[in-house]
Parts: sequence; C-alpha cells; structure tokens
Amino acid sequence: MQGIISLFESGLGLPELWAFVIGVVVFSLLIFLFIALFVIVAVWLERKVSAVIQDRWGPMRAGLTIQGELQTIADTVKLLMKEDIIPKPVDKLLFILAPFIVFTATFMVFAGIPLGPNAYSGTFDLGLFYLIAISSLGVIGIVMAGWASNNKWSLYGAMRSVAQIVSYEIPIALILIAVVMYSGSFSVKEIIATQDTGYGIFGWFLFRNPFMFVAAILFLIAGTAENNRTPFDLPESESELIAGFHTEYTGMRFAFFFLAEYANMFVVGVLLAILFLGGYAPIWHVAALADIPVLGWFFGSSGFWIILKAMLVVIIQMWFRWTFPRLRVDQLMYTAWKVLIPFTMAIIVLNGIWMKLFNLI
Amino acid sequence: MKELLFVFFAVITVVSAGIVSFSRNLIYSVFSLMATFIGVAALYVFLAADFIALAQIMVYVGGILVLLIFGVMLTQKISTVTITHLSVNRVWIVFLGLLLLGGLGYTIFNTSWFTGEMRAAEPTVKAIGNLLMGKYLLAFEVASVLLLGALIGAATIARKEEQ
Repeated sequence: MQGIISLFESGLGLPELWAFVIGVVVFSLLIFLFIALFVIVAVWLERKVSAVIQDRWGPMRAGLTIQGELQTIADTVKLLMKEDIIPKPVDKLLFILAPFIVFTATFMVFAGIPLGPNAYSGTFDLGLFYLIAISSLGVIGIVMAGWASNNKWSLYGAMRSVAQIVSYEIPIALILIAVVMYSGSFSVKEIIATQDTGYGIFGWFLFRNPFMFVAAILFLIAGTAENNRTPFDLPESESELIAGFHTEYTGMRFAFFFLAEYANMFVVGVLLAILFLGGYAPIWHVAALADIPVLGWFFGSSGFWIILKAMLVVIIQMWFRWTFPRLRVDQLMYTAWKVLIPFTMAIIVLNGIWMKLFNLI
Repeated sequence: MKELLFVFFAVITVVSAGIVSFSRNLIYSVFSLMATFIGVAALYVFLAADFIALAQIMVYVGGILVLLIFGVMLTQKISTVTITHLSVNRVWIVFLGLLLLGGLGYTIFNTSWFTGEMRAAEPTVKAIGNLLMGKYLLAFEVASVLLLGALIGAATIARKEEQ
C-alpha cells in the first residue's frame, strides 16, 4: 500500500494534472471496492447473526459450502438487473441526485479512515473532526430523497431522520470532547498513540476511568441512532412508513442507500475503535505472533487491527438490531435530549475532576 | 493544479450561490445552498484555515442548513411559493446594492494583498484555542452567555403551549 501511494506521489512521470486525475480515480475505485466488499460480507453476516438470534439457519443454499456465503452476491446481481423506475410525480433532478449525495458523504468519510499511522487522516491535525463533520453531510441526501419522492411516507421518514440526526450529533460531539481531554489533540495519530501505552487493552480510553466506559456505551447508542439502525430506524420503520425515505427507489438507486447504510455502520465501528479501543494499535504486542506464516502478516499490519475492532462493533450493532424493539418518536427525542446529553455533560465534568485528582493534566 | 482546483471550487460556490438567489423553486435554493457552503469550506482550505473549513461544514451544513430545510419542508406548497422573488422597495434595494458594491470594490482595490509564494498550511487549532482562552476570553464568554440565553429563550417559547 505504501509503495502504491509513493508511486502516485512521485507523479508516474506524467503531467501533474493527469497524475492527479489518475490518482483520484484509482484511489476512489479502491475505496469503492472496499465498501462493496465490506457490504457484501456485512449483509451476509447480518443474515447469519439474525438467524442465530432467532434460532433459524439463515441463507444456506447459495455458495460452495453450506453457509450461503454467496447469497449477497446473488442479491447484488438481482439488484443490478432490476428495472430503474422513476415515478412520474417525483422531482426528477433531486430524486436522481439524492442517492449520490448520501453515498458521497459516506465515501468521503472512508477517505479519512486511518488504516495505519501513516494514513493521511492520521497525520492530519483535525482527522477526527473531519470524520465527524463529513459524516453529518449524508442527512441532506436523505431529506432530498424524502422530499423529491413526493410521497407522504418518504417525507415523514425524511423529517424523522433530520430530527434524529440533528439531535444525536450533539452527544457524539460532547463525547469527542471527553476523549480529546485525554489525548490533548484532535489528530487520530495522537489519540491512538495516547492509548498505545504498552499495557494492551488497559491503555484504551475505554478503561481509563469509569466515566469513559459509560461514554463508550453512550457513543455506541448515539452512533447507532446516527445510522438510522434499529432500535432507532424510525426514518424507514417498515411497519409504519413502508420503507421511509427510500420507498420510491428501485434497483441501483436503492442499492446506493443500502451501501451507504451498511458502510456507515463500519464508520461508527472505526470511530469507536479510534476513540475507545486503541484504533490501529494491536491488542497485544507479541513479536512471536508476527512469525506465524500467514496470520503473522495480519497480526503485524495495523489495518488488520482497526478493521477487526470495527467489525466487532458492527456485530454488536447487528445484535442490537435483532434484540431491541423500535423506539417511539417521543422516546427517541427523550433519549437524546434528556438522557444522552446530560450524561455526556456530566461525563465531561467528572472526567475533568478525575484528571485533576490523579494529576493527569 | 492548485489553481485549477481553486477555480473549480470558486465556480461551484458562485454558480450555486446564483441558484440560491435566482431559483424559482424554494427547495432548489435551499439544496444548492449546500453546494455554496461546501464550496466556501473548500476555499477556506485554500486559505490554510483547516479548523474554520471543518467547522463551516459541521455547523453550517450539518446544523443550520438541515434546520433550514426542515423549516422549508414544513411550509405549505413550497414548489409554488412566490414570496421568494417578490420585489419590494426596488429603488432602495438598487441604492443599497450599489452602496455595497462600491464599498466592497473600494476595499478590494485599496487593500495591500499578500502576494507571495503560497505558504505551507500549518495546523491552526492550537493557536485558535490559545487565543480563545487567552486574549479573547471575555468575548468568548460573552458569546457563550448570549447563546445560553438564546437556548433558554427558545426552550421557553417552545414550552409555552403545553401549559
């Protein structure tokens, strides 16, 4: 990976403009491939997790073994072949634009995911702030889809989504402050370096003090709400609103919403990993691990650890989905404004007192 | 390369700002305001103001614009609304517009602009933090008290109907 990056930085011996364009296209395709691959795995995983929780088998037929691992690929082919329907009364321009905006926002967040200490977003001084700021763009696309669909259910879904995302952004930003109090920097590299103390998991911010543990749980709740996932899936609650803001979308246009939703789960996983689980730092530093033939390469690479941690959080989010019932709209607002925000504010204050007491400042 | 990107973002900003002002459909105006905000954020990046650029996206696109859209969508018959380009007080508007144009033009042509090589971007967060907690502490505190007042006021107005 490093080699490829430096190859592009050197300009490939082409004029500057062409080197730039080719670099952008190649890296965009890499990120897109990663998202597509992740979603294919995650959808299969979601079906399997739901099956385990509901005591079923889940998909079993498609694929080489008997675990249905090719089911999502079959589904993707089906989605690609579907007719692209644009209903007559929709606002055509905004209707077509909306899925792209939702997906572009997610895509831009992926550009900032640090797979290792040398990733650009890691060295960038405001890496974490970038991830949080860009991830708030997607809601505009959701509103656009809801309004352009010219459909009551879509509009209701979009409205709910706006109220939800605007509310839950506040606790996320406040938790960020609690973390930055420890690291003293917004830079992802700095935050992860502060957690990589050599004591393995006990260096993580998750275990720094009791309040940080609560903060991690609150972050997971708020992150799930930001993603519009059950138990916070009011924008698309299928029993009330058919499919919410994407009711009118078919085929690939729908697929883009779907990709963005699953990719956002991964983003929440990565954020949680960076903030509380030590990011790309290995869980334990054992030199002997690197000598194992194939696995050693994984254990030695920083990208492996952050993806592993993020995937764990993704599985927890799936577990949420198949365990908790959906909240009502008023309960949703109650959770955000009367539970999460006071709690996070208390965490910031208590964090400060703790740091003062133990002379950490 | 940088010049080309700059022109790209400048065109996005200006064209979308034009759509905001001249569109006959209120919802198009609001959505193209997003492109304006993002374009302005990109221009901040060219000025090496990384924190301001991201704050612009977070506050204006993630917060204010979303609330604006929320308000517009609650308006009845938005697609046929005519209030947006009603022209009232034409004489005064032309007068004020010319005054603004003159003032801006005067400022632009009488400022000694920095015309050197582009300097490397330095992180600005630490400097901003030090200034906010040091030199401009009073202004910072006054602004936060003002915002708190606005917050309490909004909550009071919103609650009144429940009594």
